[in-house]
This record gives sequence, structure tokens and C-alpha cells, in this order.
Amino acid sequence: MTIEVRNLVKKFGSFAALDGVDLKVDNGELLALLGPSGSGKTTLLRIIAGLDWPDSGEVAFNGEDALAQGARERHVGFVFQHYALFRHMTVFENIAFGLRVQPRAIRKDEATIRVRVKELLDLVQLDWLADRYPSQLSGGQRQRIALARALAIEPRILLLDEPFGALDAKVRKELRKWLRSLHHEINVTSIFVTHDQEEALEVANRVVVMDKGKIEQIGSPNDVYESPATAFVHGFIGESIELPVQVEGGLVRLGDRPLTLAADGLAPGASKLFVRRHDMLIGPPGSGAFEGAVQHVRNFGPVQRAEIALLGGETIEIDAPRDKELRAGDTIGLNPRRYRIFAGA
Amino acid sequence: MSAIAVRRRTLPGFGLTMGLTLSWLSVIILIPLAGLFLKSFELSPEQLWAILSSRRTLNALRVSFGLAFAAACVNLVMGSIIVWALVRYRFPGRRLFDAIVDVPFALPTAVAGVALTSLFAEKGWLGAPLAALGIKVAFTPLGIFVAMIFIGIPFVVRTVQPVLQDLDPEIEEAAGSLGASRWQTIIRVILPSLAPALLTGLALAFARAVGEYGSVIFIAGNLPNVSEIAPLLIVIRLSEFRYADATAIAVVMLVVSFVIIFAVNRLQRWAQNRIPAR
Repeated sequence: MTIEVRNLVKKFGSFAALDGVDLKVDNGELLALLGPSGSGKTTLLRIIAGLDWPDSGEVAFNGEDALAQGARERHVGFVFQHYALFRHMTVFENIAFGLRVQPRAIRKDEATIRVRVKELLDLVQLDWLADRYPSQLSGGQRQRIALARALAIEPRILLLDEPFGALDAKVRKELRKWLRSLHHEINVTSIFVTHDQEEALEVANRVVVMDKGKIEQIGSPNDVYESPATAFVHGFIGESIELPVQVEGGLVRLGDRPLTLAADGLAPGASKLFVRRHDMLIGPPGSGAFEGAVQHVRNFGPVQRAEIALLGGETIEIDAPRDKELRAGDTIGLNPRRYRIFAGA
Repeated sequence: MSAIAVRRRTLPGFGLTMGLTLSWLSVIILIPLAGLFLKSFELSPEQLWAILSSRRTLNALRVSFGLAFAAACVNLVMGSIIVWALVRYRFPGRRLFDAIVDVPFALPTAVAGVALTSLFAEKGWLGAPLAALGIKVAFTPLGIFVAMIFIGIPFVVRTVQPVLQDLDPEIEEAAGSLGASRWQTIIRVILPSLAPALLTGLALAFARAVGEYGSVIFIAGNLPNVSEIAPLLIVIRLSEFRYADATAIAVVMLVVSFVIIFAVNRLQRWAQNRIPAR
């Protein structure tokens, strides 16, 4: 099933949750909608599910207008952040729900429903919980049951709204891997919403980065990390050093200090320079684009993190290899291995 | 007892609160009720039987319990709809309507009785059009029914309201996206989740209606065997100084009410157990 979204606009009062969104999702994809809260990603997901309606724009499934149908007819599996399990039903009945409410003409008989629910319980590896109530399960188990319930109706599309958002870090990591292999197994076109970049980059085939109701970039996890399209994406994904610079007459200046960085093809004016923390190479004073004094150094797993007061007035944090000798008070030169400059303050 | 009291607890005061609870319940509820039972023992079994099986007593009990149950059922249905509107929708005047629900709680019942009577009397605002249709409300059993609905409605609304507020609208969306129709969502998801609260509301509205005196006697007409409620019959017997007769009827009301409320409680416990603690 392909999904096509064209020029979607949704306003809540004067706040534009979606401000002209275009998106194409290919058959069998596992797509992540990534963005800070308020970026419109959940609204987009709910509109695709039929739980919300846009002010204007189109949504098509396999080229067919989806907005003409309600949530009930769209045949979309939806997984909620807080599970939304039916608490008066056992795990078994929760999963069977979608099968039991089918119109009588196509409803399966009890034996078939039992077999199907057992299959799904096996798929989410929780067959031993069939007779429990949702309140007796852990968060991770509840979310897997919610997923099994959504899959019971053999949805054409699977939508997951911050599926691991309410879980603790360790369970999240496990479920991420599990979701990826599950998707591999069932191969349903899936979209999940997250504000956790690591989750998006690790699980998805493609990542859609959103901010303020607009799509900033669509690309593979590698693309959005290695070649961010906008200042927002560079700042949001991965840890970056962000410096306000001036571009003028082919020169880049930090404060009143010119930097030896190429400014080819850049519009003059206030701009932003982005460098990944680990892309700042340390050399002797005077050897690089920047110069600064080491303020203090902390060891941080495989790297040491140093705070450096640059000439020109800014203070930055860099990640240097552990074998590099760094001491507070040293004056060092810094040269970015790679950097990006985006116009605008 | 000492074993329980000696065990250390995070919150102290078990002995004190338990003692207070038991003595308070004894003084306020159990001793008066025991007095009621003792008084009725002044009658011989034959006399007791004669009083209880008299046509007037039986009719009064039938009117009281039958109409109270019918009114509680109406309140259950209408109360649920009112709760739904108050909790799920935002409309102008919502807070006002929410406050209006409490009026039957606060209004002196006699005032309610007089107001309902003048409203439903043959020349009243509602009574006149109804009379034109051939429906007589004031001074008939129907009037008792109306008064019982009036005083019972807040009990259903106020017991169900917090539970519905707690019910996440997401479960309705989940049901919808799984293919359930609006009706299936209500029957299979919403009502079962509300069942314990609905049953409590039903029991409270029923209990209130059975015991109601003030508003009913104004509108009832109080015709023996037709529109005479049991509490009124008790008062009549008292004014005739037939205290034993009065207590005998009271004891029957007490026992029947207790049995019904106990049954509803069990039913509610059963419904609650199907939803283990969250």
C-alpha cells in the first residue's frame, strides 16, 4: 500500500499544526516521522489514520482518496503511545476485538478467531499472557499487545504514535530491534512517530524530519545525519556545535575574527556555522580556523569532552579522542574536518 | 485483633480509627435500627403477618418499591446521556448545566414537591398540555414516578461523571480504527468500563427514591392502595398511635432495601473485579 499526502494543512485556532505537507510513502516502507513536540508529526499520523481531519489537502492510499472514508473503513492499524488497551478485557479479548466487530457477513467463526489470536500472541511472543488483564502487564508487554491487536485486522497500513515513548530506556532499545525485525517479517507499510532521533535513525528505512508543521528533510537515516538539508535538521540530529557567523566578501567571520573557511556560494549576511563535535580536529595554536583556551576536560566513555573558549567570544564543547593530551589552560588550534554554513540568523 | 494492631504499619492510627468507626456506626446506625427491630417484636407473629399482608400495606410497598425501581432505571438511562454530554462535549452553559444537576440534592424536598405539583397540576404549565392528551400526572402514581426521577437524577450523574472523565477517549479511537461501529464501541467498550459506576448510581438513586417522603406526598394524591407510598403509611400509623404497625412496615422496608442494595453491591463488585485495579 502506498500513501500519498498532498499539501496538507491543519490549524488548531491560529496555530498551524500542519502547514502544507507533501509526502509519499512507498509500499512496505518503515518510515519515521521525527521532530520536536509541536512539530505536527502526530497530527499528520492521526489524519492518515482518519482520527483527525485536515482543513485542506489530500490523502490517498494506492491512489484512492482516503479522506472520503472514516477511520473505521480505512483498515489502518493504529498503536497509541499509552496503549489504549480495553482494560475490562483480557489480553486475548483485546486482540480478538477487531475480529469480533466485523460485519456479520465476513466475520470469522469462533474457532478461526481463536487460531488467529494465538498466531498473533506467538508473533509478539506473549502467548503465556492470554488470560491476563492489561493492568497486570508491564509497559513493554502492553505495547506489544496493542501492536498485536492492531495487526489482527490485517491492516493495509500500520501507524504507531510514539510507540515506545512511555517505556524506560532499556525496554525501548529492545523493542526497537524487535519492531524492525517484526516489520521485516510482516512487511506492512508502516509509519511511526518519534521525537527520539536515535530511535528514528536506528529503526526506519527513511526518516522525515519535521518542524513547525513543515517537512524539513526526507531521506535515509544516513542522509539526514551526514548531509542535513537545513539548519534545523543539523541542529536537531546529532550533537552539533552551532556558531553565529557573518559572511562578507567571500570571508566567514566569527565576531571580528576572520576564519580561514571557504565561503564559496554563500549569501552575505548573518549565518550559522555547524560542526559535529567530533569533527573538530585539535592542532597547535595558530594551525586552524579557530583558536581557543581549554576550560575543562571530562572523560565521557570513548571520548573526552572539552569545553573551549574561542577567540571571538563563543564557548563550545568538542569531543576529542582519549589519547589526545588536553589540559585545562592549554591554548589550542581547532580545524573543522567538515562543516556546513546555513544562511540566516 | 491484637495481632493486627501490633503489626507495624506505615500509617499509624489503625486502632483509633477502627474504634471510632465501629462506635460511630453503632451509635448512628446500628442502635436505632436495633430499636426498630425490638419494637416490632412487641407484635405476635400472627399480628405481624396480619399487618404486613393487609391489602393497604402490600399496595403501599408495591407503589414504593416498584416506582422507585422504575424511576431509578429511567435515571440510569437519562443520567448516562447527561453525563456523556457534560463530560465529552464543550458547549456554552456547560458549567451551568453541571451545577443544575445538583439542585435536587440541595432543594428542600417539600419545595420540590410543591413546585412539581403546581407544574403538573391540571392547570399547570406542563399539566395542562398533558391533560389535553388525556395524561394526568399530579395526584396519580405517575406523579410519584416524576418526583422520584427528580430527586434521583444527581446520584447517577455524580457517580458516573468522575469515572467517565477518567476514561481515555483514545480507547474509543482505538475501537473505531479496529473497525467497530459507534454502537459497537458503546456496547462493547464504553458501557462495560462504566458498569460498576452505573450500578452504584442505580443503587443510590433507587435507595433515595424508596426513602423519599417530602416531595412525593405533595404530588401523590395519597389515595390508599393507589398512590400511597410506604413511608406515608408509616407516618399515618404513627399519627394513629399504632407504633408497632408502623415499625413492622418500617422493618419490611429496611429488610427489602437492604437485600436489594446488597445484591446491587455484589453485582457491582463482580463488575469491578473484571477490571482489576489499574
